[in-house]
Amino acid sequence: MSRRTPGKRNPPGGRDRPESFRSRAAADDTGCTLLHVDMDAFYASVELIDRPELHGLPVIVGGGGRSVVLSATYEARRLGIHAAMPMGRARWLCPQAAVIAPDHRRYAEVSHGVMEIFRSVTPLVEPLSLDEAFLDVAGAIRRLGSPATIGQMIRRRVAAELRIPCSVGVAATKFTAKLASGLAKPDGLLVVPRDETVAFLHRLPVGELWGVGEKTEETLRRLGLRTVSDLAHTPVETLRRALGDTIGPNLHDLSWGRDPRPVVPERVEKSVGAEETFARDVDDPGTVRRELLRLAGRVAARLRAADLVGRTITVKIRFADFRTITRSRTRTEHTDTAHDIYAVALDLYEALRLDRARVRLVGVRVEGLADAATGHRQPALDERPQGWREAEQAMDRVSERFGPGVVRPAVLIRAPDEENPPDGDTPDGENVRG
Amino acid sequence: MKLRVERDVLAEAVTWAARALPTRPPVPVLAGLLLDASTDGVLRLSSFDYEVSARVEVAADILDGGTVLVSGKLLADICRSLPGKPVDVSTDGSRVSLTCGASRFTLLTMPVDEYPTLPAMPDGSGTVPGDLFSQAVSQVTVAASRDETLPILTGVRMEIEGENLTLLATDRYRLAMRTLTWRPSSPDVSTVALVRARTLSEVSKALGAGSDVTLALSTAGGGNELIGFEAGGRRTTSLLVDGEYPKVRALFPPESPTYAVVEAQSLVEAVRRVALVAERHTPVRLTFTDGVITLEAGQGEDAQASEAVEASLVGDELSMAFNPQFLLDGLGALTVPFARLSFTVPAKPAVISGQVEAEGDDDTSYRYLLMPVRLNS
Repeated sequence: MSRRTPGKRNPPGGRDRPESFRSRAAADDTGCTLLHVDMDAFYASVELIDRPELHGLPVIVGGGGRSVVLSATYEARRLGIHAAMPMGRARWLCPQAAVIAPDHRRYAEVSHGVMEIFRSVTPLVEPLSLDEAFLDVAGAIRRLGSPATIGQMIRRRVAAELRIPCSVGVAATKFTAKLASGLAKPDGLLVVPRDETVAFLHRLPVGELWGVGEKTEETLRRLGLRTVSDLAHTPVETLRRALGDTIGPNLHDLSWGRDPRPVVPERVEKSVGAEETFARDVDDPGTVRRELLRLAGRVAARLRAADLVGRTITVKIRFADFRTITRSRTRTEHTDTAHDIYAVALDLYEALRLDRARVRLVGVRVEGLADAATGHRQPALDERPQGWREAEQAMDRVSERFGPGVVRPAVLIRAPDEENPPDGDTPDGENVRG
Repeated sequence: MKLRVERDVLAEAVTWAARALPTRPPVPVLAGLLLDASTDGVLRLSSFDYEVSARVEVAADILDGGTVLVSGKLLADICRSLPGKPVDVSTDGSRVSLTCGASRFTLLTMPVDEYPTLPAMPDGSGTVPGDLFSQAVSQVTVAASRDETLPILTGVRMEIEGENLTLLATDRYRLAMRTLTWRPSSPDVSTVALVRARTLSEVSKALGAGSDVTLALSTAGGGNELIGFEAGGRRTTSLLVDGEYPKVRALFPPESPTYAVVEAQSLVEAVRRVALVAERHTPVRLTFTDGVITLEAGQGEDAQASEAVEASLVGDELSMAFNPQFLLDGLGALTVPFARLSFTVPAKPAVISGQVEAEGDDDTSYRYLLMPVRLNS
C-alpha cells in the first residue's frame, strides 16, 4: 500500500518507463546505504497468500457500501484502479475483479513480521506505515554484504517467510531511495549509484519530488518548471519567492540530491485520528454533529489507551464532489477526553456554516501529542475534581469488559432497527499515523 | 477648509485617532480619518470601526472651517515623517493639500456624508485618576483570556457600586480582581459592563496618566451597550461585550488558614530563573516550609533547576505546582514590596495579594486567584 496521491500512482513515464531502471541491481552501490523497502499492493498481496486461485487476477481490497479502495493487485491497477478510489467506481471500471473485505488484524500481523526481518538486518529501521520503511544498512555491510546484496536478501526473505512481494530502492539519501523503490515496482530492486543521483533526479517530473502536491506542482508549472532539472537550474531566490522560505530552498536541495535526513528508528506518533464515510451523502447537520461526537469518542479512547494527550484538533470534511477541507484549532491545554475534543470539533464545524452542503466524509484528528503519564495538567478554576475525564475513563473500563460501545453518549443511541454495521474506513481511517 | 496646526500637535492627534482605524474596513469610508475644523479654533479628528470610536480635539489656527475625510493610514504615515514646522491644511475641490516646510502632499478625499455618525458619550459618569485607572487595568488584563473563541472571557468586567469600582478578569485558569474608589457623578450609581480587555488596556494607556479619566456608562438599568472614556480632549467609546459573565467572585476562598509572605521581587526573579528549564507549559514546583520557599523545575531526563527564597509561613507546610507564566503575571501585578500567597488545600487555587510590610495584613484591593497545575506522577 503506497500513500501516494492518485495522480502520482504510476512511476514517471507510466508503463513505458525505462526498463534500464529495473536492471540496475548490479550497479555501483558504494555509499548507497539507505534502503527504502515497500510491500507491493500490501493488503491485496496478504489476501492472496491463502488464495492462490486469485493469483494473476484483478483483486480489490475494500469495504462495502461507499468506502474506498484500500489496495488493488497490479492486474486491477492496469485497469485504472487505484487506492482511495471510491469502491463504486472501482467496481464499475472492473466488474470482474474479486472484492475482498479488509482484515486489518491480519495486515498488522504480517507487517509485524516484515518489520522483524528489517530489524534483523539493522536496528536503524524507520517504519513509514504498516508496509514500508527506511533502513540504514551502513553498519550491516561488513556482516551481510553490499547494500544491493542486503536489499536482495530482504526481498528473498520477505517472499520466503511471509509470501508477499516487495520492492527495494537503494540510494545515498532517503528521498532517492524512496523514488527508486517506486520505480522498481512491482517486485524489483533498483540501485541509484551515488554519482548518478543528480542525473537520475533531473530526469523526473517535478511532481515526483517529496513535498510537491497538486498546488505546488501547479505553481511550478506556471513558472515553466516541469522537470526536476528545470527546478534545479532555477535560482533559489526565485523558488523562495514562489513557494516560501521553507519549501523553496528545500525543493532546491532535493533537486540536487541533498537530503541530510537520517533514518530515525521508533517514530513517535504525531497524530491520532478517525474518519467515517457516510453510507449516503449527508446534508443534515444533526447527523454530522453526531458523527463528530462518535469520532471524538473513538479518538479520545485511543489517546487514553496509548497514554497520550493532544492539543490541536482538526476536523476534516469531504463534500459529495470530493472537495475536501480541514480546519484546526489548538487548545490552551492538552486533552484526552471526547468532551473537549468534541467541543472544539463542533465549533470548527459550526464555523463553516455549511448550510446543508452534502457531506461524504467527516474526520477528527488530534495532533500536538504529548505523553500523558509524565505530563501535568492545568485544571480550570471552576473545574470539578471528578470530571469528564474520570467519566470517560470509567467508560473505557466498561468497554474493556463488555465490548466497545456498551456505554455511549445518549445521542449516539439509535433504535435497534437503525443500527448499521460501521462502514469501511478510508485508508487513513483507523490508524495512529506519524 | 483652511487651517494651520503645529506639526507635533497634529502628528500626536492623528496617531491617537488612527488607533481605532480598522485594519480591514467593512466599508471603505471607515478607513478614513475625519477632520472637522470649526471656526472656534478647534480641530477634531475622529475614527470609528463600528466597535470602537476615537475622537481628539486640538487647537489650530482655523481660517475656514470645514469637514473632510482622508485615508487615515496615509495621513498618519505622512504626519510621522513631516519636518518640525507648522502644517498648512487646505481643501481644493475633492483634494486636500498638506504643506509643511518644503514638503507638499495632496490627498484624495472620501465622501463625508457616507461616514457614520460617531456614538455619543453615555450620560452616567464619574472620574478616576488616570494613573490609578491604568494601573488597575494593567493588573487585571493580565488574567483576561486571549482566546477569541470565548468572547466573554476576553473582556474585563467592571462593577460599579456607588464609590466602589471593581475590575475582574479571568481566563478560567486565573482570576484577577481589583477594587478602587472613584468619584461617581451620582452617589447611588450601580451598574456593570463588560469591556474587551485589549480595548481597555489600549485606552487606559493612551489617555495618559496625568489627568483624571471620565468613565461614562449609561445607567438606565440593564440596557448598557456602550462605554465612554474621556481625558484631556481625547475621547473614545467602545461597544460592550455581550453575554452573561460567569459568577466568579465566589471562586475566592472565604478564608485561607495557610499563607506565606515573601519579598515579591525576589520570588519573581527566582521563578524567572528556575523557569528557564521549564519548557513551554511545564510547571514550576513550589514547596513552602517555614523560612523558605523551594522552587524546582524540570524532571526526569530533562534539564533541572532549583532555588530557595527566604519566606515566612503560617500554617502547614505544603507543595504546589504552577504554570510559571501565570505565577509571574500575578506577582508582577503587585504594586507593594511583599507578596502573600494564601492556600486552602494543595489541589485548590492559591491567592496572591500584596503586603506593604513583611509583618502585618495584606492589601486586599488586588487579589489574583491561581489554579495550581496537577502533576500526573
